[in-house]
Amino acid sequence: MAYSEQEILTGLAEIVSEETGLPTDSVSPEKSFTDDLDIDSLSMMTIVTLAEEKFSVRIPDEEVKNLATVGDAVSYINGAQA
Amino acid sequence: MSTTPDVVITGLGATTPLGGDVPSTWRAALAGESGARTMDNDWAATYEIPVSFAAQLRVRPEDVLSRPEMKRMDPSAQYAIIATREAWADAGTPDVDPERLGAVVSSGIGGIWTTLDAWDTLREKGARRVLPMTVPMLMPNSPAAYVELELGARAGAHALVSACASGAEAIGYGVEMIRSGRADVVVAGGTEAAIHPMPLAAFAASRTLSTRNDDPAGASRPYDADRDGFVLGEGAGIVVLESAQHAAARGARVYARIAGVGLSSDGYHITSPEPGGRGQISAMRAALSDAHVSASDIVHVNAHATSTVVGDLIEARGVREVLGADADRVALSATKSMTGHLLGGAGALETIFTVLALHDRLAPPTINVSQPDPELVLDLVRDTPRALPDGQIAAVNNSFGFGGHNVALVVASV
Repeated sequence: MAYSEQEILTGLAEIVSEETGLPTDSVSPEKSFTDDLDIDSLSMMTIVTLAEEKFSVRIPDEEVKNLATVGDAVSYINGAQA
Repeated sequence: MSTTPDVVITGLGATTPLGGDVPSTWRAALAGESGARTMDNDWAATYEIPVSFAAQLRVRPEDVLSRPEMKRMDPSAQYAIIATREAWADAGTPDVDPERLGAVVSSGIGGIWTTLDAWDTLREKGARRVLPMTVPMLMPNSPAAYVELELGARAGAHALVSACASGAEAIGYGVEMIRSGRADVVVAGGTEAAIHPMPLAAFAASRTLSTRNDDPAGASRPYDADRDGFVLGEGAGIVVLESAQHAAARGARVYARIAGVGLSSDGYHITSPEPGGRGQISAMRAALSDAHVSASDIVHVNAHATSTVVGDLIEARGVREVLGADADRVALSATKSMTGHLLGGAGALETIFTVLALHDRLAPPTINVSQPDPELVLDLVRDTPRALPDGQIAAVNNSFGFGGHNVALVVASV
């Protein structure tokens, strides 16, 4: 079962919100994980771990550094779906 | 003239089986309430654990902390942070140079929930699902580190571990940090969150837990002739220690003074106290000597007394040995009868009780003693609080841990 981009954004926003305490509607595609959402590397890896499980995808460590914004992560997860 | 600073207590914080803060916990203790209940889970049936009750927190941490805080901290650190916030506010949020502020917070068991949850995840889902925060959550210094981060403390953060003496040892070390000139203010105490089926099964295996499943509230009965073991509890106690000079300069309210710290080890057995109480006696004598008080100054003892058959009497005989005839005037309280045994949190919570007993001139009761052990050689405060005398008074709080760790603290009125 594939998730739509909107479903991925919604699910990712829930994960980020749980991790940071930010409201889900502030986790929009253009937001930078580090600059806008103040997410450090350990929190980012937590989000990746939870997103992998939620969307049944694999996000290799070497890809994580390319995921600068929420939109980047949504696109990557969308493309990685089997 | 001595330049060693006096150390006073200016803030108290706790979350316990009796209440979500110090005032509610103290009120319940003076009222002689039990915090032990049958647990709302099926652990006893599922795992054939012979104990189906415990003294769980009265106020759940999720009702106090945010979701991200809950996810970032093991329960042992959650409880410590809840108690720290209360203690710090109670102390009037001291304005202190961060370089002169320390944190000493101990746990006897450490992040056992995190450890075992991560092990379950690894076995069920593989390494890729183990969360990156696992190590900083399970490490035994995690509560100390989170308290240090909460307050921005830079004089040092420490986590001394000595099983059920941990919380008292943390306070003792905090006193030493101030006396030695390393800090002006130290936030110190203990925490424990080990009500999980594995430690319950393990304590049951060592035959140290009460199995009075049909009467949880009556199960912790220190010094009662029918006592059959301790009741596992959880929670945290945190105190704000401050040099008397620093407290006076900012006009702080002072509850009491930590006048003496006594430490020893039994050098005898990994779990059993030395039968003659040698190590416990040595710690009590060291604390009295450190405090420059004599036996006649002691009016109250908050006993370690966990409700085990052997341990309670060794301690009582030790108190008699140290205080001699003056022991006749001592109001002995065993508050684990109400709180259960908070393990690494116990020494800190009982220090808070000792401080409040002196401050309010009321020794808390010991409940569930329907028939005192005939070998008890001390005057036990039973069922209702007892008034303590006016004037300058002092008390001893004992804490002993598996491994033969003995800590005695002398608290003095101000």
